[in-house]
Amino acid sequence: MASALINVPANAKRGDIIEIKTLMSHIMESGFRHKASGEAVPRDIITSFTCRFNGAEIFRADLFPAIAANPFFSFFTTVTESGKFEFEWIGDKGFSETASASISVE
Amino acid sequence: MHPPPNSTRRQFLGLAGAAAVLGTVPVVTLRPAEATPEMLASAIRNVTGGAAVKTGKVKLDVPPLVENGNTVPLTVSVAHPMAPEDHVSSIHIFNEKNPQPNVANFHLGSHAGRAQVSTRIRLTDSQKVVAIAKLSDGSFWSASVDVVVTLAACTEEVI
Repeated sequence: MASALINVPANAKRGDIIEIKTLMSHIMESGFRHKASGEAVPRDIITSFTCRFNGAEIFRADLFPAIAANPFFSFFTTVTESGKFEFEWIGDKGFSETASASISVE
Repeated sequence: MHPPPNSTRRQFLGLAGAAAVLGTVPVVTLRPAEATPEMLASAIRNVTGGAAVKTGKVKLDVPPLVENGNTVPLTVSVAHPMAPEDHVSSIHIFNEKNPQPNVANFHLGSHAGRAQVSTRIRLTDSQKVVAIAKLSDGSFWSASVDVVVTLAACTEEVI
């Protein structure tokens, strides 16, 4: 089953630049591998990752088969208010997962 | 009027030679599906729209010697302020020899505070990895790193 690991600081000062780390468990089958019988293994990857803060998009990534299994991302954002980060992964074969994390800003 | 008797033979040999040459070319070019430098160049053109790409500002951190191409840590950062009127709007990662030239596109905004992204990628062979950053003023900056891979990704068979 798909599961996500999210690392967001619980507290921050207004105007701080914080690092967000995310990891989603996924095979990221490239579609370029073959079975011993010779047939190609169909592609099954996550194609899009989005992070929103209080509804506004702050980071988006387009993924290709060259992203390693269990896609990991680390990125930065400036926090100005308390709120909720929402993460969304969308991929082949109807893959869709979400996660969220809250931060309190003083 | 009959052509000289050896004319057809000469024509035949010429045609046969040409056919042999034409026949061998596709055999030589049908190598494993790898992103050729042309594919890399066209993938970059798709992003830049033909605009000039300057070298600098971008820093691409990839280990120069990779033991396992299935998981290669990559960090890209752009030395540029992230102000609302002047910031890094996207970062694009490309490779030279994987089956596809694209690795990832990252879309940022001025609120990011710092233009730095880390992820883990796959590399099928020792090759060049290229990062291109697009700034909000429409200019493009790039950096490239040569990586040596000892165990390639994507080659193993699934049982």
